[in-house]
Amino acid sequence: MRKNIVLLLLAVVIVFMPLVINPDAEYSGADSEAEAVIAQIQPDAEPWFTPLWEPPSGEIESLLFALQAAAGAGVICYFLGYHVGKRKGTGAEQ
Amino acid sequence: MSRKIYFMVLTLLVLTFYPNPAYAMHIMEGFLPLPWAIFWAVITLPFLIYGLKSIKDTVEENPGFKMLLAFAGAFAFVLSALKIPSVTGSSSHPTGVGLGAILFGPTVMTVIGVIILLFQALLLAHGGITTLGANTFSMAVVGPLVSYGIYKGAQKAGLPRGLAVFFGAALGDLATYVTTSIQLAAAYPDPTGGIAASLTKFVGVFALTQVPLAVSEGLLTVVAVNFLVSHNKSDLLALSVIKREG
Repeated sequence: MRKNIVLLLLAVVIVFMPLVINPDAEYSGADSEAEAVIAQIQPDAEPWFTPLWEPPSGEIESLLFALQAAAGAGVICYFLGYHVGKRKGTGAEQ
Repeated sequence: MSRKIYFMVLTLLVLTFYPNPAYAMHIMEGFLPLPWAIFWAVITLPFLIYGLKSIKDTVEENPGFKMLLAFAGAFAFVLSALKIPSVTGSSSHPTGVGLGAILFGPTVMTVIGVIILLFQALLLAHGGITTLGANTFSMAVVGPLVSYGIYKGAQKAGLPRGLAVFFGAALGDLATYVTTSIQLAAAYPDPTGGIAASLTKFVGVFALTQVPLAVSEGLLTVVAVNFLVSHNKSDLLALSVIKREG
């Protein structure tokens, strides 16, 4: 259990470390940077197909994001709780 | 039974509202020339068909696996939605498919991956319909294959389980982005340096950014597997993820 907490903390440190050691970077998406590389290699490259629908704004996008994170975490936590409870219920806890 | 239905509904919800990780990795809509789009789609198709059969067989063998499958799917959804900063000064997201590949084999995650990518392309203008084949190949074919292969190989070589899971998940994540770089380099060779010069540029954008994220994904996958070993050992034994007396 303690090992897991250490691993999770380590992951959190790795995630936020860039913001500390490189605070002025833009942190734009790797895909938009790839678009810039394509434009540099082949300046006349144009997408030949455009998305059928796009979220109307950043706010709507973040709404979808929040819903997704909540639903995904819900499934995971249901699973975790189910198994913790099951083990306790069958008296198999260590 | 109702629990299973509840899970299916939840899973569907997750899929339906899968957000647009605005900062992310997949090849953008319309950016792969048609011949390449078709090429990657055709190559991906057999993995998808085999994956569907594999899911059917797994669930028929033991309907109880559905819950673990939902967990692996949810893990991939959440991880691939987390936009994370990297030391290179840009952002990307992990894939989260390594866990499912280690549990159920690589092609099961091809199916889950294609569902994620399809909804992203349709509802969130991320990735794309025309690049679906290529993106599925990198995230849901190569990534899981590498994760699965490394996990099984490390296990055979006698490495501790934690290390086997870590390297499986982390290198699978990284392999996805290397594949994306190769796909873009093949479609956009540098006018002077050719594919190799392009590849260097795309690897610099995608793969380097991904290194710390791959490490994080590896750590989180180890935690997930540790939990499963202590709380759901019977399923892992039945799926041959771990060996008896492990």
